[in-house]
Amino acid sequence: MPENCIYIARSSAIAARALAGEMMVMHSADSTFFTLNEVATAIFQAADGHTPLRDIVRDRICGQFDVDPEQAQADAEQFVTELSSHGILIMSNQPLAPETP
Amino acid sequence: MAAPRKVACVEIGGIPIALATSDDGFLDLLRQRYDGFLSSSRPEFELEFDLVATGPASDDDVSVRREGDDWLIERGDFRARWDPRTGRGAVRQNANPYSLDSVLRILHSLILAGRGGFLLHAASAICDGRAYLFSGVSGAGKTTMTRLAPADVTLLSDEISYLRPGAGGYSAFGTPFAGELARSGENCSAPVAALFFLEQGPSNQLDELSSAEAVRRLMRNTLFFAEDHDLVDKLFATACDFVDTVPVRRLTFYPDARVWDEIRHFQKVPQHA
Repeated sequence: MPENCIYIARSSAIAARALAGEMMVMHSADSTFFTLNEVATAIFQAADGHTPLRDIVRDRICGQFDVDPEQAQADAEQFVTELSSHGILIMSNQPLAPETP
Repeated sequence: MAAPRKVACVEIGGIPIALATSDDGFLDLLRQRYDGFLSSSRPEFELEFDLVATGPASDDDVSVRREGDDWLIERGDFRARWDPRTGRGAVRQNANPYSLDSVLRILHSLILAGRGGFLLHAASAICDGRAYLFSGVSGAGKTTMTRLAPADVTLLSDEISYLRPGAGGYSAFGTPFAGELARSGENCSAPVAALFFLEQGPSNQLDELSSAEAVRRLMRNTLFFAEDHDLVDKLFATACDFVDTVPVRRLTFYPDARVWDEIRHFQKVPQHA
């Protein structure tokens, strides 16, 4: 996956709820369960399929959290790769249509 | 000429289901099995039983999936098809009560999921007018908690708790689905006061759980088998709502009767979810 332009979208096979300030995400096929921190939640919520990850990091992370931009980009790529491996997010180097269940 | 069809209506959690059979022996069996839960209410749903010589009750994984509009529920010892639009279904199984129990549990789990309720792998009992749920892995102490209960505590189940939302919050209902006690719960209900996840230890102690941990444990102990995104999504929303409205704690307990003093004390102290 080219790292210069990554697009991410939420999978249609997940359920997500915010409770007591925490975002909980569950994969409906195998009930794999994740709790996202504040930064991860910001990325997850911005995963619309057509906003590049670097723009999400710039606007939603660096604009709101006190982080080093390069480190934030590296952490975000690692995070989306991990969630992608669990089927929570879909990654592509092309814009993605949002999945509908 | 076919034998006449006979019906027993079994009402669990306020949901009456007609069980129809032409076999007198099977009718007697299910009347005995669900004694205390037989009802004269108008059934909301109906299952017709076709008895066949299949294998004994099985530990195989159950498959619950959509086939067109129907739900198809299969395990080694039974095959059921249920149409949620008409409320009618048919079951092929042999005449054993364990298969019958499994079919009913799965059917109730599907009905409840659509109505914001769920079946929880938990013991439950009514103490001073409110229901307490005791969940955990096998061996955590669900049956022990019910064995240690004082005489004025009403057993709802030592194995499968039945939960439905209402105007005043969630209520727990008695079920005939017995665990090690091999004893049906009482056919009554009460508003849920708390859910405890059990662990045994050297003394009694209550600890808060984060919302995420509470939801994670709740989902892990919820009985649900269907491969259906919409229902799983709804169940997840229900679990979050439950954790948002019902106090959920970890209860480490030493297995003697004093643990019930802890439960009574819990009720007297104002709690938050």
